Amino acid sequence: MENNFKEILTRYPEGSVENLIPILQDIQEAEGYLSEESVASVARYLDMPASKIYGEATFYNQFRFTPLGKYHVQVCCGTACHVLGAATVLEEIQKNIGVESGQTSKDGLFSLEVVACIGACGLAPVISVNGNFHAKVTGESIKEIMDNYRNQEKS
Amino acid sequence: MSFLINVNNKDIEAREGETILDSLNREGLNVPTLCHLKGKLPTGSCRMCVVEDINSGRLVAACASPVYEGMKIQTHSHRVVESRKMIVELLLSNHPDDCLYCVRNKNCELQDLSDELQVRERRIKGKKNNINLDRSSPSIVRDPDKCILCGRCVRVCEEVMGVSCIDFINRGSDSFVGPAFNKSLNTSSCVKCGQCIMVCPTGALSEKSHFPELISMLNNPEKTVVVQYAPAISVSLAEEFDMPAGVDITGIMNAALRKIGFNYVFDTTFTADLTIMEEAGELAERINEGGKLPMITSCCPGWIKFAEQFYPDMLPNLSTCKSPQQMMGAVIKSYWAEKSEVKPDDIYSVSVMPCTAKKFEAQREEMTSKGISDVDAVITTRELGQLIRMYGIDINSMAPETTDSPLGSRSSAGKLFAASGGVMEAAMRTAYYMITGEELLRFKIEALRGMDGSKEASVKIGDMNVNVAVVNGLANARKLMEKVKKGEKEYHFIEVMACPGGCINGGGQHIGASEDEIKARMKTLYDIDDKETVKVSHKNPEIVELYEKFLGKPMGKKSHELLHTDYFKREVLL
Repeated sequence: MENNFKEILTRYPEGSVENLIPILQDIQEAEGYLSEESVASVARYLDMPASKIYGEATFYNQFRFTPLGKYHVQVCCGTACHVLGAATVLEEIQKNIGVESGQTSKDGLFSLEVVACIGACGLAPVISVNGNFHAKVTGESIKEIMDNYRNQEKS
Repeated sequence: MSFLINVNNKDIEAREGETILDSLNREGLNVPTLCHLKGKLPTGSCRMCVVEDINSGRLVAACASPVYEGMKIQTHSHRVVESRKMIVELLLSNHPDDCLYCVRNKNCELQDLSDELQVRERRIKGKKNNINLDRSSPSIVRDPDKCILCGRCVRVCEEVMGVSCIDFINRGSDSFVGPAFNKSLNTSSCVKCGQCIMVCPTGALSEKSHFPELISMLNNPEKTVVVQYAPAISVSLAEEFDMPAGVDITGIMNAALRKIGFNYVFDTTFTADLTIMEEAGELAERINEGGKLPMITSCCPGWIKFAEQFYPDMLPNLSTCKSPQQMMGAVIKSYWAEKSEVKPDDIYSVSVMPCTAKKFEAQREEMTSKGISDVDAVITTRELGQLIRMYGIDINSMAPETTDSPLGSRSSAGKLFAASGGVMEAAMRTAYYMITGEELLRFKIEALRGMDGSKEASVKIGDMNVNVAVVNGLANARKLMEKVKKGEKEYHFIEVMACPGGCINGGGQHIGASEDEIKARMKTLYDIDDKETVKVSHKNPEIVELYEKFLGKPMGKKSHELLHTDYFKREVLL
């Protein structure tokens, strides 16, 4: 994995702290999340304390610090979804998979992310699991959707 | 260039380029501050210091706004006071209501401000934070729920200490201060210096207390409870009892410690002298035998941890001498135990230190002998103050007493350990004697004294010029180490103390002391050195006796067993 970061880092000049966010974005793109190891590498490369990098990264919603689950659930909380009950949907999903936004379930099956708008307002409230959209979800339909993924695992 | 500005309808002098706060403070006019750190760049984040700029009609932060000619300000207009009060009310809206149980009760800036601004009801109810209390560190307790996000700890850790262990995590109302990946302090890059505690306005950061165990030991008749106190304690404890800074209360402190119930009272300055014997011997050995140079002092546990994690390749440069605290611990449980016919197991050894990192040092695995810790509990200057109050002792009505002997006598050189540059001065005196067989003509090395963060001198020993450097504040140590690594200048001996000014300004000292008060503590040490007759460690009679009867010679076999140690590279997220 170390090599993975190294390749990304070489795209940017050493010590160029102004590139922190693009570097972190690239790493997350490649790894799915920001690990301690990757942050430590960035810290050394940019000559910047890890605490500052972590502080900066946690300021933004886009970065996560745990690996993605096998099924990555994105809950849209954009305006249309919000109006049509995204909050209830989110709450139900959190209960169902037992983690909060930015976290991954202990069995590694699900990870959860809240996103602003995924451009499918006509289907609101909408969630996306590994890129597959589920339209007009309700608190009740969540269990069925999640169980479906769980069953796929078993079979 | 200076000009006049109008403050509260009165003209005062202001200087081009300074902030409103600078001008006000010089004139003795106070506005409250929270996030402001004297001498550091302002952040202007708390808005507590707002004043009304009459020309623009706006409220501006005095700490971050420059003065201009023709400026007119009001520091306590109704609008200003209401605004400050609102800030305090908002800070209190999610603050725990447990002042009575808080370690900083009656010594809390938030409490003082809410009193000053007469906040008498809770108008704003915010959602309380619920972030885990971090008691993982042997030195520092972190309670983020009490944090008001002023950021002073973050800045001290970065700018003064060069550690940057902590920073703001998350955003908005979810923000809190913590180490990277929200690790607990004991697994972070924290060096335990405690300077964050010194600047924390509330009880969000405090020292880890050893009180319950200590008190049960004081009441255990089977234990011989002994205490040692660092050179810095006697010149700073007085401030805990509202006496002026720099008053030396050694004798009174001895009496108070006995009254609390300590069976024997020793002075760590004795082992500061012992450290000098070993360290000067080591320096002479390294110079004569071509050992690793520059040699760097190892008395400061904050610096040791800093070196172990940031400069592992320089660990061979560190003196192998244990710190005076640990030497005293080792000598008590060997030489003294033998002499006094007490089993090492039955001794409970306590030390009073101006330092929180000493708590960490005492529990290092290397600081044990046959499974018995050299030192069992460490309390800070502040905690000794609490202990004295708890036992109802009136400091003002005590007759001074002397320390116990042996392990009680000291030279004035050892006393200098409390201030930056002091270890170096003391070491030079003895190294000179060890190398040339004669005493130095002028003991005082003026260039190494004072509060400067980085000092240098060259001392002629025989026909050799010994280049020495002294740094305090670990950010300065970092700069010097980089210089040494690049080979910019050759040094023979370097003294590092983590805290600015040295142990007299340690992380375990009285909170809220001004720079002048710290200088007063320093001056007292120099006065002691001027007045007293035994000015060199190698003439401390009990040190001479210790070598004659027990240790043999400096750097000998027994010394190596008891008084020297080694260091390890630490893998932490930096």
